[in-house]
Amino acid sequence: MQQLIAILVDGTVYFSWLFIVSLGLTLIYGVMNILNIAHGSLFALGAYMAAWVIGAWFAGGLPPAASFLAFAVAGVAVGAVLGLVIERGVLTRMYGSDPIVIILATYAVFLILEDVITLVWGLDPYLAYQPYALLGRVQLAGISFSIYDLGLVVTALVLAAASWYALNRTRQGKLLLVVIHDREVSAAMGINVRLKFTMTFMIGAALGALGGALSAPGISVVPGVGVDIIVLAFAVTVVGGLGSIPGALVGALIVGLCRAAAVHLMPEAELFVIYSVMALVLAVRPQGLFGRAIARKI
Amino acid sequence: MAFDRTSLLLLGALIATLVAGPFLPAWFTFLATVALSKALVVLGVMLLMRAGLVSFGQGLYYGIGAYGAGLAANMLGIRDAFLLLALGVAASAVVAAIVSVLLARYRDIFFAMLSLAFSMIFYGLLVRSAALGSTDGFNLPPANFAGWSPVGATGRSAVFMLTAVLAFLAAIGAHRYLKSTLGMIGEAIRTNEIRVEYLGASVRRAIQIKVVLAAALAGAGGVLTALAASHIDPGLAYWTTSGEFVFVALLSGTAHVAAPLIGCMLFELIRTFAVQYAPYTWQMVVGASMLAVIMFLPGGLWSLVRMRLRRTA
Repeated sequence: MQQLIAILVDGTVYFSWLFIVSLGLTLIYGVMNILNIAHGSLFALGAYMAAWVIGAWFAGGLPPAASFLAFAVAGVAVGAVLGLVIERGVLTRMYGSDPIVIILATYAVFLILEDVITLVWGLDPYLAYQPYALLGRVQLAGISFSIYDLGLVVTALVLAAASWYALNRTRQGKLLLVVIHDREVSAAMGINVRLKFTMTFMIGAALGALGGALSAPGISVVPGVGVDIIVLAFAVTVVGGLGSIPGALVGALIVGLCRAAAVHLMPEAELFVIYSVMALVLAVRPQGLFGRAIARKI
Repeated sequence: MAFDRTSLLLLGALIATLVAGPFLPAWFTFLATVALSKALVVLGVMLLMRAGLVSFGQGLYYGIGAYGAGLAANMLGIRDAFLLLALGVAASAVVAAIVSVLLARYRDIFFAMLSLAFSMIFYGLLVRSAALGSTDGFNLPPANFAGWSPVGATGRSAVFMLTAVLAFLAAIGAHRYLKSTLGMIGEAIRTNEIRVEYLGASVRRAIQIKVVLAAALAGAGGVLTALAASHIDPGLAYWTTSGEFVFVALLSGTAHVAAPLIGCMLFELIRTFAVQYAPYTWQMVVGASMLAVIMFLPGGLWSLVRMRLRRTA
């Protein structure tokens, strides 16, 4: 019983940052049809940025409560700016080429960013435990929860609700749905598709970096953190259905719980379980749990 | 069957390589061995790409080849390079034959993602199995060649020769395959799959054969890499390795079977020099070169060769 609760709690925490990262990935895929490998680097950049801001913030003796806002904003900012640079600098020249070429272009960006990160922050691990320590823990039903983790879960759920609202209830979001549905017709109707792409990529990149920033206090930020995350995010989006936001939610929950269960019950099988689930879902429902099946084109 | 120009050129290049082999400096022999064994894998990736399929999981077969050879050498005591090669290739091909039943139903991003998932499953098994050395991997004893057991530089040279022979013969084989009916069906699948079915060919069977062929090539590459480096680790099956293969295939261009050989040599050279002269920014150098090729040479490096050929013709 104790173990079950531990699995549920850990799984939910994994879920929250997996969802935040995958939300960005699936949004970019849904709108632009680009599987952005550089998303892993954006996660890493967000994590480094946050760890660095937290370190500087507490060393400088600034008000601790404001540090949460500071590192989240730092993460979002670094993601959005880099998203703009990548989209305008690289991707905009490649629209219309083979999707696989675009994927590989993002892979090249990923390689470049990996080295940028080590150049800026070096090879030593960064620890940013302060936000965890600051909030402390709370006892609920005899189990001790970290308040930071609870906040993370709430943030993920708020982001899920916000993205649903933004897409379905706002003018800009509805226009985006139109672009997703038919790019050419929406361009013909006067929607600025280019601008929508840039905005989407910036938001997606910012979400990736935010995921990194929010998870930074809970992990040790080391080189290569983005390499592992991106395949996990792939697993999440593929399980849920590429380009589907509810899919990312469910996918993150499944992957998060599987990972937590494996870690607690059978640590050797952690990666095996995650990717087996991914292969299984692909085998049974290739479009993912929430994806739309695409008709074969003649 | 008469040899055409491409086969003759490749044979000529093989003979030149074998003659030059003993006189090459040691560092270059190693580099060329690794490059050519990776070229085998990239050749397989290219075969798949000709049918419009992109595998983000060739690391699976590369790893199976390497681990198959490593386990056979360490546990069964097999030292013969040819036997190890046969075992590694057979293991990869068998796994591919099973996996291909499922893979053949998928296209585009789904094919890429499913192959990625399979390779990551294998990677997950490798990193967590203490018996196989977890993340550290393990060492291989030096191999012998049908009873002849060279040591030191001669041994490395022998592995290089074996790799060169295999890489060039595989390129010739791939060339003939692409010119055969089965190979042509592959091209047709990329352009219009349903019409291929209308014409009475089995798309599924053609894809399965391609997957197994590519896996066998990747397995051979894995065995040769293991023999060259005398060490294997799970990194061989990680997604970055698979990604690199796709990358090099695209970098080289898929128009010609010689492209992977040239592309891999160039890639290994760039990487070696980048690691040497810019140890902290080598990934950046590699990434930037790739980005440059993608943007300015959409047909891959081979389009440079083709441009020359056209100018002289």
